[in-house]
Amino acid sequence: MLGVDTVPPPRDLLRRMGRAEFVRADIRNPLIAKVISGAGVDTVVHASVSANPASSGGRTAMKEMNVIGTMQLLAACQKAPSVRRVVLKSTTAVYGASSRDPALFDEAMMPKEMSSGGYAKDAAEIEGYLRGFGRRRPDVSVTVLRFSNFIGPRIDTVLTRYFALPVVPTVLGYDARVQLLHEEDALAVLERAATEELPGVFNVSADGVLLLSQAIRRAGRVPLPVPSLAVGPVSRVLRSARLVDFSPEQMRFLNFGRVVETRRLRDEFGFTPRWTTVQAFDDYVRGRALRPLLGPEQVAWLERGVLAAARTLR
Amino acid sequence: MPEARVIPLRADESGVGTRPCRRPGAQGQGRRPPRAAGEPPAPSPVRPEPEPTAEQPAWEAALEESLDFVRRRLTGDYTVDEFGFDRDLTDGLLLPALRPLYRKWFRVETIGMHHVPAEGGALVVANHSGTLPLDSMMTAVALHDDHPAKRHLRMLGADLVFRLPVLGALARKQGGTLACNPDAERLMTSGELVGVWPEGFKGIGKPFRDRYKLQRFGRGGFVSAALRTGVPIIPCSIVGAEEIYPKIGDLKPLARLFGAPYFPITPLFPLLGPLGMIPLPSKWYIEFGEPIRTDTYTPADADDPMLVFNLTDQVRETIQHTLYRLLSQRRNAFLG
Repeated sequence: MLGVDTVPPPRDLLRRMGRAEFVRADIRNPLIAKVISGAGVDTVVHASVSANPASSGGRTAMKEMNVIGTMQLLAACQKAPSVRRVVLKSTTAVYGASSRDPALFDEAMMPKEMSSGGYAKDAAEIEGYLRGFGRRRPDVSVTVLRFSNFIGPRIDTVLTRYFALPVVPTVLGYDARVQLLHEEDALAVLERAATEELPGVFNVSADGVLLLSQAIRRAGRVPLPVPSLAVGPVSRVLRSARLVDFSPEQMRFLNFGRVVETRRLRDEFGFTPRWTTVQAFDDYVRGRALRPLLGPEQVAWLERGVLAAARTLR
Repeated sequence: MPEARVIPLRADESGVGTRPCRRPGAQGQGRRPPRAAGEPPAPSPVRPEPEPTAEQPAWEAALEESLDFVRRRLTGDYTVDEFGFDRDLTDGLLLPALRPLYRKWFRVETIGMHHVPAEGGALVVANHSGTLPLDSMMTAVALHDDHPAKRHLRMLGADLVFRLPVLGALARKQGGTLACNPDAERLMTSGELVGVWPEGFKGIGKPFRDRYKLQRFGRGGFVSAALRTGVPIIPCSIVGAEEIYPKIGDLKPLARLFGAPYFPITPLFPLLGPLGMIPLPSKWYIEFGEPIRTDTYTPADADDPMLVFNLTDQVRETIQHTLYRLLSQRRNAFLG
């Protein structure tokens, strides 16, 4: 088993990697072909599609990493006869988010309007390249996993940082439906896709839905509704303060949300997520030890107080 | 395929008479909907309150209940379904807010509630009117309050509704979703009661002189959705909603400015400003007609355009004739 990344993993991770080996390589470089053919790789899991411009050194570098990197990787796979299986970690962001979309997306649906740039466009293009690869190498089993947003006590994403803000800015008058996936379930799905032959496109998400306002309250945060006109400046402030870096498509996601149909995941892929969206979110809140500004205990205490006062008044 | 059906303007007395009138406890069960002149108005029903005990007066139970509701809202302790339907908010806040309008202002009377199944999917198809979609709100209250099974109506709305801030979010929380076939079929197969207003903006925004004239029924998407899922179609005729905001004019440039389908002028709006937003207190009747079964067809029939057109026409004619019948029995738009 080979792990490939541009930066070496931290030491504690290296210790837990067991028999896996690490190769420091850049998939944008044709050198990756040597890695694949040299080691006689049979299964390629492409999980490096980056969603966050800040962590990958700006939007240009991110796009290059995502799109050019995938092209190089697939070119290397096409030349390597040993490759039998390719798994792509994609995203449900390819469906977009708008007011004109049906409530649930299934795997056959396309976005109403193609995203003009950013992560969603990268992911859609990468999926396109992978389809082309599948046509050229029909002997290779191709699995596309469209993950919804990850959450959990250990993972670090835009969303986990967002909910950790003491006062959480939301868009005034909108309340998105949010569907999440626990990090452990995500890893289990990737593992299953890598070890078994399950070709096709699958939405991967936990059951159930949280409203954005509901999630903020469950985390004990205080929502701060911002009028749509002020959303731009507020997100710039958050970005420059290095708190949360929201791209325009993530802002649309916060307006309308996105829910996907996961019947194929359960029936054809044969995986049922262990955590529901609500359980995964609560696990994140517990695991991060987010100290609520207004927790359930305080609210229950207030409730009892008001009731007791009312009884004495009687 | 049935030929054009003749729908009598006056339904036979026995048929209507045995139908349960709106509330089981209300007086005048089996009475024809519009009251005879001089008859006292039916007393507004008292909701069965939990028996107040000596140590706990009723107001305290009510306070306890509302505090519990506030606690659930503040801690996010409620569930929403994948469409964004928030049952807790709908039952605890939205429906109670609409109830005074339903009972006291419009004094809505429902007829033929027994035609709505107590469980399982069904498609309620109604006429649309009144400049603002209060008719859909009132239908939702009627099906929750006056139906023994307290059903929630899952309304299908235009995409404009969901683009709007506040309203779009509220519409989803109240159980609405975008009017598109995937959503409609998903709701009906999961056994929900779905409401559509196929006239859309043509119906709700028609001028007052065209009142109670049904507009074109879209492309019949609702019929094909019902055919695919095999749920009954329940025609629903709403009388009274046309008079709440009589639209006597339309400021097209302003409508274009706001991106709205129309900018209404009513006798009171915009003349009285915000006061003109108060709907006129017309007397409402909501009649649910006999269900039109679709389980006798196969799902493949949904792709037969002729069948879809014929069924669409049948539903439309039924609603139109029920409207004419209810109107002919109504003496006054405001007194009933």
